Amino acid sequence: MRLESPTPDAPTAPRVEDGAPAPSAPGSTPVQKVAGVVIRFAGDSGDGMQLTGDRFTAETASLGNALATLPNFPAEIRAPQGTLPGVSSFQLQFADHVVLTPGDAPDVLVAMNPAALRANIADLPRGGVIIADADEFTKRSLQKVGYTVSPLEDGSLESYQVHALPLTSMTVEALKDSGLSRKDSERAKNMFALGMLSWLYDRPTEATERFLETKFAKKPQIRDANLTAFRAGWAFGETTEGFAVRYQVAPAEHPAGTYRNITGSTALAYGLATAAHKAGLPLVLGSYPITPASDILHALSGMKRFGVTTLQAEDEIAGVGIALGASFGGSLGVTTTSGPGLALKAETIGLAVMLELPLVVVDVQRGGPSTGLPTKTEQADLLQAMYGRNGESPLPVVAASSPTDCFTAAMEAVRIAVTYRTPVILLSDGYLANGSEPWALPSVADLPAIDPAQATGPNGAGDDGRPAFRPYLRDPETLARPWAVPGTPGLEHRIGGLEKADVTGEISYEPENHERMTGLRQAKVDGVAVPPLEVDDPVAPDGTRARVLVLGWGSTYGPIAAAVRDARAEGLQVARAHLRHLNPFPPGLGDALRSYDRVVLPEMNGGQLALLLRARYLVDVQSHGRVRGRPFSAGELLDVVRDAVAALPDHDSAAASPAAGAVAESPQEARR
Amino acid sequence: MSTTTTPLGLPGVRSGTEDVPRLPEGTTLSKKDFTAANEVRWCPGCGDYAVLAAVQGFMPELGLRKENIVCISGIGCSSRFPYYLDTYGMHSIHGRAPAIATGLAASRPDLSVWVVTGDGDALSIGGNHLVHAMRRNVNMTILLFNNRIYGLTKGQYSPTSEVGKVTKSTPAGSVDAPFNPVSLALGAEATFVARTLDSDRKHLTSVLRAAAEHRGTSLVEIYQNCPIFNDGAFDVLKDRDETQARLVRLEDGQEVRFGREDDQKVVVTAPGGGVEVVPAADAAGREVVVHDAAAADPTRAFALSRLDGPSMAHVPVGVFRAVARPTYDDLVRDQVDSARAEAGGAASDADLDALIAGGDTWVVR
Ligand code: SF4
Repeated sequence: MRLESPTPDAPTAPRVEDGAPAPSAPGSTPVQKVAGVVIRFAGDSGDGMQLTGDRFTAETASLGNALATLPNFPAEIRAPQGTLPGVSSFQLQFADHVVLTPGDAPDVLVAMNPAALRANIADLPRGGVIIADADEFTKRSLQKVGYTVSPLEDGSLESYQVHALPLTSMTVEALKDSGLSRKDSERAKNMFALGMLSWLYDRPTEATERFLETKFAKKPQIRDANLTAFRAGWAFGETTEGFAVRYQVAPAEHPAGTYRNITGSTALAYGLATAAHKAGLPLVLGSYPITPASDILHALSGMKRFGVTTLQAEDEIAGVGIALGASFGGSLGVTTTSGPGLALKAETIGLAVMLELPLVVVDVQRGGPSTGLPTKTEQADLLQAMYGRNGESPLPVVAASSPTDCFTAAMEAVRIAVTYRTPVILLSDGYLANGSEPWALPSVADLPAIDPAQATGPNGAGDDGRPAFRPYLRDPETLARPWAVPGTPGLEHRIGGLEKADVTGEISYEPENHERMTGLRQAKVDGVAVPPLEVDDPVAPDGTRARVLVLGWGSTYGPIAAAVRDARAEGLQVARAHLRHLNPFPPGLGDALRSYDRVVLPEMNGGQLALLLRARYLVDVQSHGRVRGRPFSAGELLDVVRDAVAALPDHDSAAASPAAGAVAESPQEARR
Repeated sequence: MSTTTTPLGLPGVRSGTEDVPRLPEGTTLSKKDFTAANEVRWCPGCGDYAVLAAVQGFMPELGLRKENIVCISGIGCSSRFPYYLDTYGMHSIHGRAPAIATGLAASRPDLSVWVVTGDGDALSIGGNHLVHAMRRNVNMTILLFNNRIYGLTKGQYSPTSEVGKVTKSTPAGSVDAPFNPVSLALGAEATFVARTLDSDRKHLTSVLRAAAEHRGTSLVEIYQNCPIFNDGAFDVLKDRDETQARLVRLEDGQEVRFGREDDQKVVVTAPGGGVEVVPAADAAGREVVVHDAAAADPTRAFALSRLDGPSMAHVPVGVFRAVARPTYDDLVRDQVDSARAEAGGAASDADLDALIAGGDTWVVR
């Protein structure tokens, strides 16, 4: 099913916009304009599929297409060659209109070996295009994945458009004068495939050539081999008669601005660094490597020039300890991790709750429990983020909704942490971390400043009436306590994990005080200023509003928005809202939930947000929870929306299910 | 009071407090300035009192501004220490003080960072952080109060308790082999390792002085008596006669020699790389060990640390090792500082714009 198509039963081949293919220079192959394409590159984890996907994405981005990507790789760095567990893939949707997801299913599957074909064929709709490296379909490779006969030859792929091409031997042939061994030459086959695909989809090649020149600047032989293979792939496309048409996808209409393509983890790192810059604070990251969060550590490690210090800790606990120590010293302390690491950091985060110091904890969620699915995505750490500490230890929780939104969400997490002197958990996930999309670059000067307002002098009077420092005297507005940094004369004080006496911060075991302080810590978090909930609920021509609300949080934004768009194109009335703030919830959320007959909540867990909302607002939120390690498809959520509308007690069934394909694609809808 | 510190005699070696702001010339602080108003709540007779008094008494000698001194502790009886020292302080969580102090020290070269910990805190629950702090050589002084028992949880054996120890959790006697903290520290690449006693104020202060002077992680093990749950653990080292017979005072550049007047002993090299104790009278023809804390090779220091055993027949105290090695925090800061200097100073908004734009942008009009 095509994600961007509001007519789910539309044919799966690339959509034709301009009618019949038209001939075009320079090659003789006719060019056909299509609205959008989903390509999946799949191969052995040693085949360089992520790099191939990245490069194709960069070419596509610079062409101005809208796009979204989904890398998918095994937990093992190099699983046994040619086996199913060793298959690595990279899916990309690009289009001339708004793209919300990497696409439910590929139109084109590039399979570099039998394992890649076997692992991915089920996702390819009938009629889809398969480009396979025929050289790799040897008896041995076929056997490894349980094929007795080659699927390229036994007719089992009859309902697809199959291009079985000797990619490996063509690469070796192209490199016969390179001086490289056969084995080394074969390694460039991904660049051959990239060149061929670049021709097929009419992508610009300069950026990839520049990239290869830089990447292999110190290895001229390898550089030349990759460039030669890349150009040979393009030339093969141009000369072969195997492809009946080439495709063109026109640039999407983006708002004016300067754009780049960016992954969630890079955007998140930039958001943290930018927020620290806007706050005038040095950023100190304490982190222990963990999939899929390590890329943030890598990115920040390269930002020393921006006053960013990164310490790779001995373990997860030390990572957050280092961050907290740095925050005590007046820096912005940050730690990055994934679910198992968040569990280890829990006690220190609890200390930060007690100390009331700024701290940002980034959890790039992955499949759990335990080691779970380290390279796959999930949203099942929400309750851990909310409650995974001993005692009453509330803290703000913020979630990013798309790769580019990771930048904004990171800035928001820093704002809250610094303003309210509190640990904040920022939730990303494996899909956001590795996925990418074009990003309209913000202007740093125009972003709001963050005021750390560190204490400079006494804020009260002692028993003797003389000026004194009261470490737990709160700001009446924010309930934040002063951030008094060592080195400030006259403010020497001791803080710790033992309960504090209100105002003075001395140790206190007094029952009334403990209850008061517990209430104050809760009230501070409850009072964090967050923007009111925005509900997308267009008024129908007859003046009515939707009776079904689809609510989401985090990375489900894309598939939910796509499903709602498609449902509306079918004539269904459905409202949509998305949460950035999980704690505190945005104002207006309870009223919004109560004002719909039905609230549907898709989330990649067993229903964690639904549980929180039911408890908090006593609304019968319908959970749609899945944990398959991959994002929802828009098609699946469209079914969920249809079912929710159909289940309304007095539902007019005609409106709910218009004849499939009866509603033409409307560009306005597609661009929403 | 003197504000000068003794250089280690190593060329180009910086003091541990070199980047910490000092008091104006002619100003001094007193012990009282470092005494917090909080009522001290250790059990009567606890060895912690003596250590606290020694530290409060020593602090003015550093000549530092007291707002630039920070004490971070973990959990345990001794970890209440920061509440009683009128500086900045943090009573953190069990075992994690070295990690928290690492973040503080790395980000603030202008602070003198002290960690107070115990045998359970540092060697059991926090063992990982302790060894990694020493390996990295973060500029901080760690005071490890070793009372060989869990006091705050009321008397379970600790990772330094002797085998066979009967406690609440080991009614049939502990079968756990103990750590020798000095040996552990030497094995963990520590650049400064010392041992002292709660009851010997003068020795304790001299060790504190050397530890504060050292740039890098200074580990100071302090034998500390817990009169409630492990009373008299170190009594054999406190009795005047016994002290002479057992306590081996390591003094740099001096032969390692101890014992009662009528029973002098020396430490000599032994086959296999170790050392052993022999009566001075029998030492003819043997190589008497001359202590060299600055020796690059820690082997001799390690051998000396092995003289100590659960029976405390011979207990070396003093500075086992003090060698110069670049500190982690200095190196980390150097990388950040040079990256900034190369780029022309602190980043501007435009620099951030350039960073987030990366190399591959396109413009939509
Ligand atoms: S239990 Fe022991 S170590 Fe703890 S305060 Fe009492 S005497 Fe000191």
